[in-house]
Formats: sequence, C-alpha cells, structure tokens
Amino acid sequence: MGDYNKPLPHPNEISQPFWDAAKRHELQIQRCHTCGTHIFYPREACSECLAADLIWIPVSGKGKLYSYTIAQAPTHPAFADDVPYVIAIVELEEGPHITTNLVGCQPDQVTIGMPVVASFEDVSAEMTLVKFRPE
Amino acid sequence: MSIKGKAAISGFAEMPPQKGAGNITPLGIIANVAREAIADAGLEKSDIDGLLTGWALSDYSVLWPSVVADYLQIRPSYFNQVELGGASAAGMVWRAAAAIEAGMCNTVLCVVGDRRARARQMPPFPSIEAEFDAPYGLIAANPGYALIAQRHKYEYGTTAEQMAKVAVDQRKSACQNPSALFGNKEIDIDDVLNSRMIVDPLHLLEIVSPCTGGGAFIVTSTERAKDGPHRPVVLLGAGEAGGHSSITHARSLTTSLVKPAAEAAFDMAGVSPQDMDFVQPYDCYTITVIVTLEDAGFCEKGEGGRFVEDHDLSYAGDFPCNTHGGQLSFGQPGLAGGMSHVIEGARQLMGRGEGRQVKDASIGYVNGNGGIMAEQCSLVLGV
Repeated sequence: MGDYNKPLPHPNEISQPFWDAAKRHELQIQRCHTCGTHIFYPREACSECLAADLIWIPVSGKGKLYSYTIAQAPTHPAFADDVPYVIAIVELEEGPHITTNLVGCQPDQVTIGMPVVASFEDVSAEMTLVKFRPE
Repeated sequence: MSIKGKAAISGFAEMPPQKGAGNITPLGIIANVAREAIADAGLEKSDIDGLLTGWALSDYSVLWPSVVADYLQIRPSYFNQVELGGASAAGMVWRAAAAIEAGMCNTVLCVVGDRRARARQMPPFPSIEAEFDAPYGLIAANPGYALIAQRHKYEYGTTAEQMAKVAVDQRKSACQNPSALFGNKEIDIDDVLNSRMIVDPLHLLEIVSPCTGGGAFIVTSTERAKDGPHRPVVLLGAGEAGGHSSITHARSLTTSLVKPAAEAAFDMAGVSPQDMDFVQPYDCYTITVIVTLEDAGFCEKGEGGRFVEDHDLSYAGDFPCNTHGGQLSFGQPGLAGGMSHVIEGARQLMGRGEGRQVKDASIGYVNGNGGIMAEQCSLVLGV
C-alpha cells in the first residue's frame, strides 16, 4: 500500500466529505435541499437550480453499468501492471453518473446494464477509492 | 444582424505534419504558416489587423495571443485565444467574421502550431477530472472515446467493421495527399481490426497520432476577399454548442452536441445536410465521425455505422468525407489537427484539391470537436 503510484485524488474543502465517507466504506453524494436533485461530483451549488443549499446523504451504492472500456494499453504509465483493466461509468440508482473501475469481474464478462454495487479499495493510509463490482 | 455571407476565407497555409519533434518551436511554426497564408491571400503583413490563435501544448502559457502578436510583430485591433480544444479552428472562422462585421477589424489571421515535444509541458487537468476521473485511469482522450464507442455499439449495434471502414476510406484520400503523415499505403478493414487493441473497442488505427505541424488561414470581408487571388470561401453558416467537461457527466454518450451546433449552422445557411458536396468532420477517432454524421443529420440516429458501410467516403466516392485523409491519416499536430478540416474545406472549395479534388464542389460542411465531444463548432462554407 505504501508504494501506490497511480494518480490520487487531492480533495478540497468541498469534496472532503465524499472521501471521508469512502474511507468508512460508505458512498455519500449531495442532494439539493431546494429542488431535490441528487448531485455528483461535489459542488458548492446545485447543478440544476444553482442554489447553494446542498446536503450530504448516504446512498445505496447500487447502480447499473452505463458504459465501459477495457484498457488493453495503460491509459497512464502507472497503470501498466493493471492491464487489462475496466474503466467504467456507473449510473447510480439515485441518477448521477460516476467514473470508476469495475472489479471482481473478468473483462469478457462485462456487459452494459449489469447491476453493480460499490466496492471500496483502500489504496493508501489516507485514501479509499470507490470502485464497483457485479451485484 | 447575421454573419451569413459577410466574411470569407481568402488564403491558407499548412505545414506538412511530421512525426518527430523537429528542430522548430511552435512560434516558429506559427511564423512560417502565417507568412505563407498572408502571401497566399495576396496580402502584406501590414494588412493583418486581427489575430486569433490557440494554445500550443509544447509551449503553454497565459497571455498567448500577445506572445504570438509579439513574435509576428503585428498590431491587432482585435485579438484573442479561442480555447475550444479541437473545435478552436472552426470557432475562429465565425469569431473572425463577427469581429469583421462588428467593425473591430478588417482581416484576421487565424493561426496555430504545435510540436510533438519530448517533454510536453501539458496544461493542468481540470481539477474535478483530476480528482474523480484520473484515479480510475480515465485520463486524456482515448478511454473517453472508447466509452462512447462501447455505448454506441450497445444502443445501436454499431460494429467494429463499420468503425474501421472510416479509417479505411479516409486512408484512400490520404494517399492522394502528399502532406499526410500516413499517405503511403492503403489499408483494409482487417488491417484496422488486426492493429493493436488500445482501449476496447478502439484499435490503434482508429486513433489519431500526435505530431508536429501547424496551419493558418485568413478571414476577411467577402467584398475584400474578391480582390484576392483565390475564389473566396464564404462562411454561410455557423453553430456552436457545449455543456460538459468530463465525458462521465455528458448528458448523453451517444447523442452529441454536434446536433445543436450543426442545426444552427444549417439553419443560418438555409441549406440541409443533403446539399453538401463534401464533409470534413473532426475525426480524432473513428467513432467520432459516425456520431458526428448522425447528429449533423446526414443519416438517422444510430444509422451511422450502416451509413459509412453503405457509402464510399473517399474523395472520389459518393460521400466525400475528410478528403485530406482526416486526422487519422493526416496526423494531429495539436490544434492544427482541427484546423486541417477547415483548411481542407477551403482548399476543396477553391478548387485546389489537386489529386483529391471533389468534382464541382461548391458547398461543404466542416465540424470542429474539442475534448471528449465537449466543444462543437459546425460550419457551412460555400463559393
């Protein structure tokens, strides 16, 4: 874990609650208290009504695979040992889309629309990434 | 007020792309193509009173338009950087026309150049993508377009062979373009599908190759352009659209912002896609062409794969598409990749296509695309 060399998130004050929740192996996103829209990525204002009235809520961590690509060549040199790996967009049950990796699944078994669930990967002492696996 | 018909491309110049970094800086490239484009339009440097340019990845800084103006020692009364990624060059055409029509200047030099530097001084990622995309390997353009291609296959049954056909047909035109980086040898669908898989479903021959190069064109009023040595290539319509940065947050992976951009361009011009004699759609990947042709209205949504299968996209075919070979075969010298589509459109309309001239070409469609389908600028050009 100490020699993790892939790009890591650098959270700011606004996004820190997302990563704090991930560290507890919980998925949290924002919801607009004014219009009810679920929001991801973390923002200071609602992406629909621009109200600065967002609250953090736990979500199910369930969703569907919206699209994916199997990287047969590394998309960054630090991913060289992971090839082939699956880069994916997951549509959360609550609506927002999230970039992730699909894990726990052979690349040739991946299908768009498959049900998936969040799977947390502690990559360093400070950071946990939110990946997904088949439900 | 409309800019329809008010301004025209009166000259251009292009540096043939080269694979290596070359012994030249982006500013040196810009100076060379600027000099040649000004001469091509039958003008003197002192005639240039507008400047539009765009970043060079290998020499990235703030205040770039002034860096370029200083290097060229021109004194523009209108100048700016167009930052629409691969759509920047197309975006320059209507911005130049609007500035001329507004009386801010008379003649605009639009110029970009970039070098495939060994140590690229890349501009920073958008911080949100660095935080929420890069940790999962969604970095730069390849995986983003692969996500689009995979979803397009899922929704519409688009096949690997159909996507490959785009690269194959465009290569036929590249073989008539002495400037193309990959213009020596035709390829077939098996060549594409047997090339290395990079980000499934995109193979190596479906992906642009970064290189060194540059391009410039001159926009002036249609009236003034008539005094030049070439047939003025008149801007008949323009449309632009945006609204996402990371592809994960695009409203759709498969219906792109080309749709509103192209609709606006055709509306302004008062013509339809079926009136076009050729198309020059941005082609960073094969899937980009298929999505663009659908959303610009050349075929129904989801029929793009079948459309490219059913038509000959080469310069001599029934649907000439990227007659310079497209960036897939011409090369992608930074923003000059996007400029190559504008210049090829002008070249065809001036009747300067030489071995790849589309017969009787009088009107054509050009599209610029930036980021991961994030910036779209469509143009209708005519003579």
